[in-house]
Amino acid sequence: MENTLSRKDLMRKIQELSFCAVDLNLFLNTHPYDAQALQDYQYVLNSLRQLKDLYNQNYGPLMNFGEAYVTGNSWKWVAEDEKWPWEGDMVI
Amino acid sequence: MWVYEKKLQFPVNIKKPNLKYANAVLTQFGGPNGELAAALRYLTQRINMPTSKSKAVLNDIGTEELAHLEMIQAIVYQLTRDASPEDFLKEGLQGYYAVWDNHIFPSSPTGEPFMAAYINNTGDPISNLHEDLAAEAKARATYEQLLNLIDDPDVTKPLSFLREREVVHFQRFGETLDDLQLHEGMKTQFVVKKP
Ligand SMILES: [Fe+2]
Repeated sequence: MENTLSRKDLMRKIQELSFCAVDLNLFLNTHPYDAQALQDYQYVLNSLRQLKDLYNQNYGPLMNFGEAYVTGNSWKWVAEDEKWPWEGDMVI
Repeated sequence: MWVYEKKLQFPVNIKKPNLKYANAVLTQFGGPNGELAAALRYLTQRINMPTSKSKAVLNDIGTEELAHLEMIQAIVYQLTRDASPEDFLKEGLQGYYAVWDNHIFPSSPTGEPFMAAYINNTGDPISNLHEDLAAEAKARATYEQLLNLIDDPDVTKPLSFLREREVVHFQRFGETLDDLQLHEGMKTQFVVKKP
């Protein structure tokens, strides 16, 4: 998949889909046999996976502890020119 | 175990610092109906829940509360990161500055540090779910009070999002309570074992 989105827009898409995943997950916890919700969850998950991979390849790891690829020749998790989420949008 | 994701659940980008707002929002960090209390309450209660469904509900809502805690930390941080001692004096918040400088700390707006006594667990899962429903309702009311105080849309947008999540959590806890009443509640005999 090619990246046509700015870093900020890609992050927003990930936040939106990730929110759908959280909300559907909570719904499924109390409605475990809801066919529509199961299908929606799977759909959201597939798109989310793709976008997260795209983000990882282009801007570095989103997750720690073995959940993101190493890109380039350094440990990008600690890159000093990267902002952390609580500092505001990572627009560079 | 938990894995960290380097993103906020909902964006927080505050352009105008405001110590009065920060002081009010602090209640959702270290206050009685705050996100820290919520996370601790659910992630503790989940351990002794009787059904897989109720364990999952408390585990997952407790986990979402940690993401809300992070959003509240971000709001308080962005409202205070550039504040000087003079700014604190101007707002009458020199007491906070004297103890914590402009760093965030889980206290109530009036300075009481966070207390585990804010969570009221018992040995009865059904009572605990009633406590959780009340906690969500009180958190929603707190967000409404904050929205009445604050005008800056950079602050009110994330607060409105958090308020809506309390409504959803209330709903899911209600369904969990119904489920437990049907399955576990029927087995409950209101007998004191050791009179
Ligand atoms: Fe909640």
